Amino acid sequence: MHGKELLLTMYRKMLLARRFEEKAGQAYGQKKIQGFCHLYIGQEAVVVGINEAIRPDDYVMTGYRDHVHPLVRGADAGMFMAELFGKDTGYSKGKGGSMHFFDVEHHFYGGYGIVGGQIPLAAGMAYASKYRGEDRITVCSFGDAAANQGAFHETFNMASKWKLPVLYVVENNKYGMGTDIARVSAEPDIHKRASAYNMRGESVDGMDVLAVHDTVKDIAAYLRAGKGPVLLEAYTYRFRGHSMSDAATYRTKDEVEQEKQRDPILKLKAVLLEKKFASEEQLEAIDAEEKKIVEDAVSFADQSPEPPLEDVWTHHFVEPGDQDERPRARVRGAEVKWPTYPTDFKVTWDLEPREPAVTPIKKGAA
Amino acid sequence: MAELAYRDALNQALKEEMARDPRVFLMGEEVARYNGAYKVSQGLLDTFGSARVVDAPISELGFAGLGVGAAMVGLRPVIEMMTWNFAILAMDQIVNNAAKLRHMSGGQLRCPIVFRGPGGAGGRLSSQHSQALEANYAHFPGLKVIAPGTPADAKGLLKSAIRDENPVVFIEAELLYGVRGEVPEGEYTIPIGKADLKREGSDVTLITWSRMVTACVLPAADLLAQQGIHCDVIDLRTLKPFDQEAVAASVRKTNRVVVVEEGWPFASVGSELSDFIQRECFDDLDAPVKRVHGLEVNMAYAANLERAIQPSVERIVEAVNAVLYR
Repeated sequence: MHGKELLLTMYRKMLLARRFEEKAGQAYGQKKIQGFCHLYIGQEAVVVGINEAIRPDDYVMTGYRDHVHPLVRGADAGMFMAELFGKDTGYSKGKGGSMHFFDVEHHFYGGYGIVGGQIPLAAGMAYASKYRGEDRITVCSFGDAAANQGAFHETFNMASKWKLPVLYVVENNKYGMGTDIARVSAEPDIHKRASAYNMRGESVDGMDVLAVHDTVKDIAAYLRAGKGPVLLEAYTYRFRGHSMSDAATYRTKDEVEQEKQRDPILKLKAVLLEKKFASEEQLEAIDAEEKKIVEDAVSFADQSPEPPLEDVWTHHFVEPGDQDERPRARVRGAEVKWPTYPTDFKVTWDLEPREPAVTPIKKGAA
Repeated sequence: MAELAYRDALNQALKEEMARDPRVFLMGEEVARYNGAYKVSQGLLDTFGSARVVDAPISELGFAGLGVGAAMVGLRPVIEMMTWNFAILAMDQIVNNAAKLRHMSGGQLRCPIVFRGPGGAGGRLSSQHSQALEANYAHFPGLKVIAPGTPADAKGLLKSAIRDENPVVFIEAELLYGVRGEVPEGEYTIPIGKADLKREGSDVTLITWSRMVTACVLPAADLLAQQGIHCDVIDLRTLKPFDQEAVAASVRKTNRVVVVEEGWPFASVGSELSDFIQRECFDDLDAPVKRVHGLEVNMAYAANLERAIQPSVERIVEAVNAVLYR
């Protein structure tokens, strides 16, 4: 089930994610990136495992720890680095920054800065798929702390009642900013809460990319079969603080060191070597390639201009005739396959079938 | 032209737009089997089925956000709030997501969605159920705000709102649902951002919207006309963007203005209008702009107190006299 190509792809993508985030952290230290900046280092197996288990046209979204989700879907690393640098060549022309990555071309529908605020949106995207009779699924990530928001409860209730094809992934890295999730949760095993909504809930080792991949593969089939939403809790860990300004004094060095023993990249590397899918040298070459991509991304971001001042006034409203921005076409002159949504279709979904009305017995009928 | 109640004009707009465009669906509390808490969605479930007319649980934040997500990927949701008081629970989705998606995505996404429902006093409902909250939404870049005062405007503007490519906050008036008026049949749209000059006069400009138009501004204008004072009565209909040209043209003609609004005075649509007028029409003014508004208190239940809190014909006449130095 785990072919060589799949494993190498996952290895490559986790390294791209790791190297991108390390560079972002460095650039933050150099004040090239400012504001809030939440790194994904340590959690790579979650996003990569999911991505290789779903289709490229499935909808994906997450919270504000969002750099890696679009990268592993094929986004342009240079253009996202430029977004972090606040440059015109960024995906959102420097309007979104770290917390608001969007790459609609690759069906990545955003990073959201209000904890849990994306949870209802994902249900709406899944609603649209079901409404149009598509077999597409939506995958929505959020952190452990988002599970205590009202949006979690309200959305899970609807998503399950209407059997929406959406996978909710709790990327449980144990801390909501500086607060241990167990300190503020009556039920810290978040996947167990799924039972309250009559939906499938389970957990997976979020440091094991193969386990994540296999679990999501199974869940994706379940979702496409119309069996309703799923809550998957991936136990993971961030090796850095909550954001760049967090010294993470609320956890011990020992704990962090212990978690680093579970580094998902090292774990996959061991598998690759053991299965003899690649030699140590070949894996190092992959790392060098990904490092090069990220270095080029930084140069590209460095050399890019700031957005023009008149951009202050753009993209607040869609004016008649406005087309949607296609970032890679604008910046790279690339031919972009942009998602289209049908305008003419028949809705056949009966969301709430009614029992047939009781036919009154006609008087005088024999 | 048929005479319809405000609620039936809205119903007609919904029915026509849903028949015209399969992407349009209606979701909210009691909209389907109950046919709407105020019967705006009467009969729609039977016509369009349960995926397009959806009874939501009492989860305003949840189903508002669900609508936003559906709008992001090509549907055109109409989200009914049983009242705008309850929509306060959904403010995060309306403000932090709907209003900002186009911007945060650098123009990659659009969010064509309508949030609609009744606002303002409902009649003896005390403080939690009687708020005119349009200023809250008008405050945010990225939202359009509409508040129609007649059945025809309700129909024409709701159709335009549903066809708009942006999030629209559509505030109906609870006390207008039963009010009847002539409504054009079939295809009838009113452009967003255009005011309606309800009455022409050269002495004073009265600016208002929603229920205040017929509840007290036009009656006050009638009363004043009997005394020889003739007012321009402007029904803004759209609060954001409001019709700056119509307002400025009228002020240039009359040189005196009274703004009438149901809501509170602090940081309100009326205060914004007053600021606009003093900025853009300073040389045309012969008197400071006067404002008539809901008193800055929480709404009371007792009939006499409820009346006293809301704008009235008497307070409008008094304000008109003040700007005329009578």
